[in-house]
Amino acid sequence: MNRTENAVMSRMTLKTEGDTHVVVTRHFAAQPEAVYRAHTDPALLQRWLLGPEGWTMPVCVSEARPGGTMRYEWSNGKGGGFHLTGEYLELEPYRRIVHVERMHLPEPTPDNHIETLFEPDGDGTLMTMRMTLPDAETRRQMLATGMEQGMEASYVRLESLIAG
Amino acid sequence: MPNLDSAFSALSDPTRRAILARLALGEASVMELAKPFAMTQPAVSRHLKVLESAGLIARRAEGTRRPCRLAKPGVAAIDAWLDMLRGALEKNYERLDAVLAETKPEIKS
Repeated sequence: MNRTENAVMSRMTLKTEGDTHVVVTRHFAAQPEAVYRAHTDPALLQRWLLGPEGWTMPVCVSEARPGGTMRYEWSNGKGGGFHLTGEYLELEPYRRIVHVERMHLPEPTPDNHIETLFEPDGDGTLMTMRMTLPDAETRRQMLATGMEQGMEASYVRLESLIAG
Repeated sequence: MPNLDSAFSALSDPTRRAILARLALGEASVMELAKPFAMTQPAVSRHLKVLESAGLIARRAEGTRRPCRLAKPGVAAIDAWLDMLRGALEKNYERLDAVLAETKPEIKS
């Protein structure tokens, strides 16, 4: 792989595919083993899987074995929060994770079936996360929720600007 | 103003996505758009109506023809919105970069 391709790979991509898929790719400057661990080890997950600034994950359960459960609880420290539950389906250490998850807002959203691949890519890792939603409408709603979070991040930044 | 709900439900149909892909190459008439599909012109017109009310295409009158083209603001709104989503996710991954940079020196178990 040449340098230009590497530069392109280092950026995140997010694309919709067909009616029901969302595909996210991202390059990381670390070995697949480290990136895989950061996706399954609760103590590591709590350090990065936080969404907008100002949010924390006080509860993180991640039983990384087939049939194991996951439960992530997020809080904005102001009484706001939501949680996610899921189950691990398949794990090929350092290479592939298949799991199903749903958000509780507080009503559970339809199941999102996710396959995450960690492939060697130059000196690092290319992560490819392929989400499959039950139908186009569910995907639309999921992406809309993401938008709200993105906007929330903007508002938080705006607040800190005003406070400063 | 383009409405994201109607834009995304308009996009959730393979024929309508194919029509948009064709219009990305330039303006086209209903007849031209119908050609690659095994579809009647009225059926294509119904798809065009959905795309138009979602703000994704615009049509102009040219005698009896009403050629279609992509509506830039509608397409740009979807793009801007996906960008915002990318931004929120990218924040997570920037934190992950930092976590990975820190855990790197650890000896593999």
